[in-house]
Amino acid sequence: MTLMTKWRNRLLYVGVVAVVAYCLAPFYWMLVSSLRRTSDIFDTSLFPRRVSLENYRAVFDPSQGFPRALLNSLVVAGVTTVLALLLATFTAYAMARLEFRFKRLVLTLIIATSMFPVVSIVVPLLKLFTDIGWINTYQAMIVPSMSFALPLAVWNLTTFFRQMPDELEHAAMVDGCTRGQAFRKIIVPLAAPGIFTTAIITFIAAWNEFLIALSMTNQPGMQTAPVAISKFSGASQFETPFGSQMAAGVLVTVPLVVMVLLFQRRIVAGLTAGAAK
Amino acid sequence: MAGTKTPPGTAENGPDRVAGGPSSRPTGPTSRRRARTRATTSPARMAALLVSPTLLVLSIVVLYPTLMALQESLYGTKGLDPKTGFIRTSEPFVGLRNYTDILGPAGDRFWNAFWNTSFFTVVTVGAETVIGVAMALIMHRAFRGRALARAGILVPWAVPTAISALLWRWIFNSNGIANAVIGHQILWTTEGFHAKVAVIVAEVWKTAPFIGLLVLAGLQVIPKEVYEAARIDGASAPRQFWHITLPLVKPALLVAVLFRCLDALRMFDLPYILVGAQKNSVETLSMLAQNEASNVRFGPASAYAMLLFLYVFLIALAFVRLLGADLVGGAARGGESRRRRRRMTVPRRAEVTA
Repeated sequence: MTLMTKWRNRLLYVGVVAVVAYCLAPFYWMLVSSLRRTSDIFDTSLFPRRVSLENYRAVFDPSQGFPRALLNSLVVAGVTTVLALLLATFTAYAMARLEFRFKRLVLTLIIATSMFPVVSIVVPLLKLFTDIGWINTYQAMIVPSMSFALPLAVWNLTTFFRQMPDELEHAAMVDGCTRGQAFRKIIVPLAAPGIFTTAIITFIAAWNEFLIALSMTNQPGMQTAPVAISKFSGASQFETPFGSQMAAGVLVTVPLVVMVLLFQRRIVAGLTAGAAK
Repeated sequence: MAGTKTPPGTAENGPDRVAGGPSSRPTGPTSRRRARTRATTSPARMAALLVSPTLLVLSIVVLYPTLMALQESLYGTKGLDPKTGFIRTSEPFVGLRNYTDILGPAGDRFWNAFWNTSFFTVVTVGAETVIGVAMALIMHRAFRGRALARAGILVPWAVPTAISALLWRWIFNSNGIANAVIGHQILWTTEGFHAKVAVIVAEVWKTAPFIGLLVLAGLQVIPKEVYEAARIDGASAPRQFWHITLPLVKPALLVAVLFRCLDALRMFDLPYILVGAQKNSVETLSMLAQNEASNVRFGPASAYAMLLFLYVFLIALAFVRLLGADLVGGAARGGESRRRRRRMTVPRRAEVTA
């Protein structure tokens, strides 16, 4: 660790730069392109010739209905997250703290559902929702979204609950708390960071969902942001409005990126908790 | 009462130990048994109470639709009349014809989608694993800039797949940056092998960092002493990698690869937006099923969806059975109790990553 250290460190530094560049370069390109004027959208310079917000104005053009799409996304992802967390908190607590028969089977089943191909539930549900008139409603997007959000939340929360020492709960119960009280007064406050992280991860998963939102809507007013952006129309039918697509992409992604950077440590812990067990 | 309650962790073996103990006084057993049964049944009842809502919801949103799809896959299409929205009664029962059709000439589209799906899965997951492991190794060794790298690595993960597909569509535009960089005019998003390449590049960009993250977490739990011992024994760096790093990181890597495989098998957003629907060169099974369903051909769509489900299931089974991928954290049979004990004694490894 003494002789080659200097050179190895330099090489590693280059490696780190390469990793970061690999991850950020396409994202940077989206940002740069969104700031170009329509006239020089095909420039390949690393900086816009003249920074312009033209594309962002185009995104909020009333004809695109983008604010409504954002609202739809927020409602669908938000409700999905809240519902999933509500159910998952109790289930995860049981998984982490209680001993009961079929526990492993139940947990395996729950995790297995998260690997399900979404399309195999979208097809029958599309038919069902068509029959009962749920197409173009929020519930038609929220209900199928539970199929991946709930297992994700259960899994994440289970690992978080497992990380908390049993002793705290036992102490509370020795002091006369019931199990329910111990859960409410000790576990939930202590698990708040874990619950919060799980909420972020679940929200991002629901926010990024595309197949369900695409299949269950056919009116522009009910589309979520990713679907709406993918259907942005240009001035003419043959012109793809890349500029405003990039601008809208930045708008949809930046909140997530900021959230991810702020809670980086927690999210990494949450994402890797299952794998590194 | 509170004093006799058995802590949940020991509830299993607690009673036996008490029964075999020396304190079996004549008055003891009855009261103790009552306490014992309460201690063992009440967590079970509570668990049932806590778990059943989740199971109920999952039955409604996953199990029920799957059974519906299974049933639906036995029915044909209603013909070419797109006007009638209410179909259930008038769809003819065709038995297994939707399935047997894929063996005939009508199955061309299915097999094309099947091979596309398999090809994408094998190539993207392979490339992701190599790049991801390389990223993890770099980040694990680096001390300066590790935080920056870990933050950066999360960005592709956070970008919605649909948005990343649009971004890559822009990059792969005929006048876009990709062609400017390589100095050729390739129409990436038109039919042909290059469309596959475009999809693969975009997919690998988004998901390799994810594997890197999971592998990094696996690397961080390997004790330093193992490497020191190997170095003292004169093991070269490649040997250390093959004989220490890789085997020890294998559990984390296997889970990551399994997840990625299953995710790649249901790939939809990326080819759909990057290249488009009904494009032979990139149509996956998910796209095929969705396309059929959106054309009100629910029977064939359900059959394709069921076949995809079966495919995913078999791959997952193969991972768990053949490679011993461990999803639940010790779910493999046999070593169950041993692993569980180990999990309890080893302090939370995930915390190491935080």
